[in-house]
Amino acid sequence: MSVRLPPFQTLLDRHGDDVLAYLRAAVGRHDAEDCWQETMLAALRAYPGLRDGSNLRGWLLVIAHRKAIDLHRTSGRRPIAVGEPAEQIAAPVRPDPEPELWAAVRTLPGKQRAAVTLRFAADLDYRAIGNAIGCSEAAARQNVRAGLAAVRKEWRHA
Amino acid sequence: MHERVAELARRALDEGLLDVAYAEVDSPIGLLAVAVTERGVVRLAFPGEPLDEVLGELASHVSPRILEAPARLDAPRRELDAYFAGRLREFSTPVDWSLSHGFLLAARRACAAIPYGEVRTYAELAGAAGSPRAVRAAGNAMARNPIPIIVPCHRVLRSGGGLGGYGGGLDVKRWLLGLERSDVSM
Repeated sequence: MSVRLPPFQTLLDRHGDDVLAYLRAAVGRHDAEDCWQETMLAALRAYPGLRDGSNLRGWLLVIAHRKAIDLHRTSGRRPIAVGEPAEQIAAPVRPDPEPELWAAVRTLPGKQRAAVTLRFAADLDYRAIGNAIGCSEAAARQNVRAGLAAVRKEWRHA
Repeated sequence: MHERVAELARRALDEGLLDVAYAEVDSPIGLLAVAVTERGVVRLAFPGEPLDEVLGELASHVSPRILEAPARLDAPRRELDAYFAGRLREFSTPVDWSLSHGFLLAARRACAAIPYGEVRTYAELAGAAGSPRAVRAAGNAMARNPIPIIVPCHRVLRSGGGLGGYGGGLDVKRWLLGLERSDVSM
């Protein structure tokens, strides 16, 4: 049976801002625009063949996550942490008000960085995070916890 | 977000990933929604038609790769503007018939051939479409015409001169017929 997929424009209207917010946290404001375009083009390419339309927001965010990884791989940049109390990250906030905090998150090892960003910038649950980064729900939770601990520690030393 | 979507539409078009582009087009009868494929205009919706339903049908029957891309609609928009201003008698913008099949397609093609300012009855249209007895089916083909105005179903009336029906409302049908009558090219 084929899935009834909404017009792609509807996805942009509903989730385009969330994907951008996630990407700003994951790769920084400067690269987020390019990454957003790459994400949406990849999504458009795959869209008509999509088998499951039940979580289109999660699907877009996983693609955005992959594009963010591609960028980290090709650029090899690791931004430097400066700034504010790490406790702010424990609340699911929009990343824009705390660019320094997200810069600190971007210095974490790959899986922790991805898990923390998907949890707090994209508000994905642990199961979806596990699917995105290729681990169990429990491991996703552990990666978020470890990532937060590392950011806190870094802050104390700063 | 508009700028971002415009940029995405440009890149998607380059890569063959934009199957349906749509935009809203202002007109004397209200805000129309117009959708095009690479083949031509596939849908024109009247102001009363909910846009999300129109786009949802296009997603199911044409392709879900749909973006709002006003730049892609420049050609049909110019022709519609000229038509509503009484300066255009025949649309040259291509039509994509992919929402029409079988007798509905035949009836709509026959309708597209009715010249500006002239009218036909549903019975005449059925005949022109090759099935003189399919008068009711011809009426259905007009009632659910996916590209009104460009496929001029307003030029089809009841035998005896009654207006018949119109998807955009009878006031609009009357208005369009008046527009075409008042165009006197002497």
